[in-house]
Amino acid sequence: MIEAATTAFGLIATPEHFMFLCIGVALGLAIGVFPGLGGIAGMSILLPFLYGMDPISALGMLIGLVAVIPTSDTFTSVLMGIPGSSASQATVLDGFPMAKKGEGARALSAAFTASLYGGLIGALVLTLFVLVARPVILAFATPELFMLAILGLSMVGVLAGKSMAKGIGACGLGLLLGAVGGAPATGEFRMNFGIDYLIDGVPLVVVGLAIFAVPEIIDLLRTQTSIADDSPRLGVGWRQGVKDVWRNRWLATRCAGIGCLVGALPGLGGSVVDWIAYGHVMQTTRDRENFGKGDVRGVIAPESANNAKEGGGLIPTILFGIPGSGSMAVFLGGLLLIGIDTGVSMVGEDLDKTYVIIWSLAIANVVGAGACLVLSRPIAALTTIRYVYLAPFMIMVITFAAFQATRSWGDIAALFLIGVFAVYMKRFGWPRPPLLIGFVLADPVETNLYQAVQFYEGFGWALRPGVIIIGIATILSVWFGARYASKAHGTGDLTTGAGRTEKLRPQIIFALVMILVFVFGLYDSQQNNFLGKIFPMTTSLVMLAFVGYVLSQLVRGKTDDVAAYDAEANFSYADDARPVSAEHYVAWLAGLLVVTYLVGFFIAMALFFAAFLHVKAQATPLRIVVLTGFALAFLAGMGHILTLTFPGGLLQDAVDLPYPFR
Amino acid sequence: MKRLFSLVLLALAVPGLASAPARAADFAGKNVEWIIPFGPGGGSAAWAQFLAPQLGQALPGKPNVVIKYVPGGGSTKGANLFAARAKPDGLTILGTSGSTQFPYLLGDKRVQFEYKDWHVIMGSPTGGVFYVTPKLGLKGPQDMKMLKGKAVKYASQSPTALDLVPLLALEMMGVPTKAVFGMKSRGAGRLAFERGEVNVDYQTSSAYIKNVVPLVKEGKAIPLWTWGLTNDKGELVRDPTFPDLPHWAEAYEMMHGKKPRGLAFDAYKAFVAAGFGLQKMIFLPKGTSADIIEAYRAAAEKVVSAPGFAAKAKKVLGDYKQVVRKEADAGLKVAITVSPKTKQWVRDWLTKRYQVKF
Repeated sequence: MIEAATTAFGLIATPEHFMFLCIGVALGLAIGVFPGLGGIAGMSILLPFLYGMDPISALGMLIGLVAVIPTSDTFTSVLMGIPGSSASQATVLDGFPMAKKGEGARALSAAFTASLYGGLIGALVLTLFVLVARPVILAFATPELFMLAILGLSMVGVLAGKSMAKGIGACGLGLLLGAVGGAPATGEFRMNFGIDYLIDGVPLVVVGLAIFAVPEIIDLLRTQTSIADDSPRLGVGWRQGVKDVWRNRWLATRCAGIGCLVGALPGLGGSVVDWIAYGHVMQTTRDRENFGKGDVRGVIAPESANNAKEGGGLIPTILFGIPGSGSMAVFLGGLLLIGIDTGVSMVGEDLDKTYVIIWSLAIANVVGAGACLVLSRPIAALTTIRYVYLAPFMIMVITFAAFQATRSWGDIAALFLIGVFAVYMKRFGWPRPPLLIGFVLADPVETNLYQAVQFYEGFGWALRPGVIIIGIATILSVWFGARYASKAHGTGDLTTGAGRTEKLRPQIIFALVMILVFVFGLYDSQQNNFLGKIFPMTTSLVMLAFVGYVLSQLVRGKTDDVAAYDAEANFSYADDARPVSAEHYVAWLAGLLVVTYLVGFFIAMALFFAAFLHVKAQATPLRIVVLTGFALAFLAGMGHILTLTFPGGLLQDAVDLPYPFR
Repeated sequence: MKRLFSLVLLALAVPGLASAPARAADFAGKNVEWIIPFGPGGGSAAWAQFLAPQLGQALPGKPNVVIKYVPGGGSTKGANLFAARAKPDGLTILGTSGSTQFPYLLGDKRVQFEYKDWHVIMGSPTGGVFYVTPKLGLKGPQDMKMLKGKAVKYASQSPTALDLVPLLALEMMGVPTKAVFGMKSRGAGRLAFERGEVNVDYQTSSAYIKNVVPLVKEGKAIPLWTWGLTNDKGELVRDPTFPDLPHWAEAYEMMHGKKPRGLAFDAYKAFVAAGFGLQKMIFLPKGTSADIIEAYRAAAEKVVSAPGFAAKAKKVLGDYKQVVRKEADAGLKVAITVSPKTKQWVRDWLTKRYQVKF
């Protein structure tokens, strides 16, 4: 091992390797900043260049790219409330409130320090773990993976917020949404309304952008301010962030460990790592009042975990040739191209190559975090801009990013529909993180349970030691969650009366909509074979009970119940003279959709920019031209470099236009 | 009036006639978009990533060949898109796999493309090896008879994917098989085998060599047969990459003392040819002019006959002859021809045995 380690060091300690690593890092940083584009997109861009490259340099470039995406994706999560990639969805919960409080700098420096720390811990753990990893991974069979998914679901307890029933209902909605498309056991198409787009289910990128970004953009537009209310304070906090991580170093270490392990398990999916880390910090902390309102620990936990995850994900990829995540799948394709065979030889005669990979990961983390810290100050200044100027850019970016998920019109339609639904979830106090957790875990829960029952003939697997250990952890997790919920019950916003109102009718209507969704889920499930229907049916039945409870509290007029919440009751506008409803901006988005359908994305975006800046920002004609021109140039440039496609409209169907209007 | 009409026709036709065959294809400064109807990271992606730069270099004008991943609907989405949108200008090509061929052959509702409209440029064959755990008691193909009546479990992606071949093979042998569906990839199936959750598995050639041969050396896996290849007479022959392993029909004979026959065996051969014979193919769209087709065929020929290609290709594509021109045309014909009777038999069997709705 030591010999392999020294050989590896000799291979990577060359200027050439370092240069290629830096190219990878630079590309990774750019991809990470752009919401919706993650490791898969980045890897796919690099692959064509790998052919014929020196394997060690190629490895440096690939690893450099994949290592820093979870570092730089934090920018938009913290500053705009839009997850830069699925790895930092949980960072939004506390990072964005911090930016709103004017602590964006502190949040960013804490996030980058935690990312760096997590990445390094990940590399350190891997150096040793890689030697014993094979039996460990083989010990996690389908029953254990199922139990881990259940453990993930138990995090809903702490993420539910004030009303547990609403949290569970939201999670159930995610589970049902995750069940759309081909059933894992039978291949039957569930809840697809006969629409081809839904056959493969809704992509995670679309759901993530819809439920986090769309409501935030609309709320920020309505308050008519900049993101950071108190802009002068943006500059301070850089040192504070580093100190925060140092003070919470044990937390960061634990979360890095969690990240490594969850990332290393194929079949669970790396996209829950940040949530599990976030749930972990909430369960193990005493003073929890500030979570969700800008607690720096809520940034440190997911950020240290998501960088460690990439290291963990390398293990099944190089040992078994089975990718632990989407970006690892593409990485595997890259290994094939440069002529590196995965498999047991990677811990045998090719151990030095494995160490090249692991240490490139460590170096890339250092370079990436350093670059982010340097770039932070100019990028963080964005939060002081009036939001009406920023909003069209954000809308352009999320629409475009959503479209890249499957390059189908369905992506944009799903973004809009789920986004509008999320606007009302936010208004009526239905927590959105549980929805995402349910969505991500729907497939691991259903597939692994079904497979475990088939593989082990019944429920004999429930007595496996691994299952029992994870089961105990789940019970503890629920217990901690329940304790938290009962504490929150007596304190918090309720005493101050936030969200309380005598007008219950809008909430009742929304709860009824939720009921209808689950009734539909129940109805649709009955069209399938037993194995195809059991999961959506059970989910729908259980959720009808919880949502039914919420509805009954509302119908009985219990305005002081935790279930009753309407943010409209005390929504504050900076400019009270012309209050604008959320529906107003939903209509703007709908307008953009319609115009896109007619003339295609590029032209529609130009019209949208001009109209929005003129009407909403009352910008001068010169500003309108400059900003619109800049946005379109950026769009065309990105599209060209990444060979991305813009959604076409009826016009494009009829006439063949040159790029970028095509 | 009639004369005027024919004059107009002539006026329209002459420039068309003059321009079509005379101009040689040149793609200088152009981007060729290669649609891969799968996500990046799978076998088809690796295949395309390996070939794209070489194809670009070999085409006239050395265009940049850009791979565009369009996953969805078990590869029918990307193929449908190609059928509906690709212009016959040589700037859009499609890469298909066995997973695209099967829904086409089975008459899947989602298929809105027609192979016969397209022009095949190149084909890549592969094979597959079926192996079992030593816990079943078999030491090798010589113990084939012991497999009779053994209950086996198989981790499958879906009964209408390439897994149709092993499921059909085991059914015909009379081996009671429990298929567990919903695997995300063949690799996930192998992991289930390594964890001991299933006792049989198969992998395509390159994955077998890379990941299963080490298991065989450790004594953790026993290879029993290959799917075999169909020759130009439609007979099943041994896989050249694994000449020491019997092909499935031989294995059947070793087990039952007689050759397999009947509609089921016809179906087996048809689907082996379609799924493995030319597992991956490159196509130009309907209506492409002869000069562009010729430019592509010449380029493909140049790529596969380049010195050193075979050695490089072995790792990524397996040890098979990459076919071009007439051989590719012949291979395509075999791959997409299934008699209506055989097709109906397979559909009925899938519905009866695995509740597949057509």
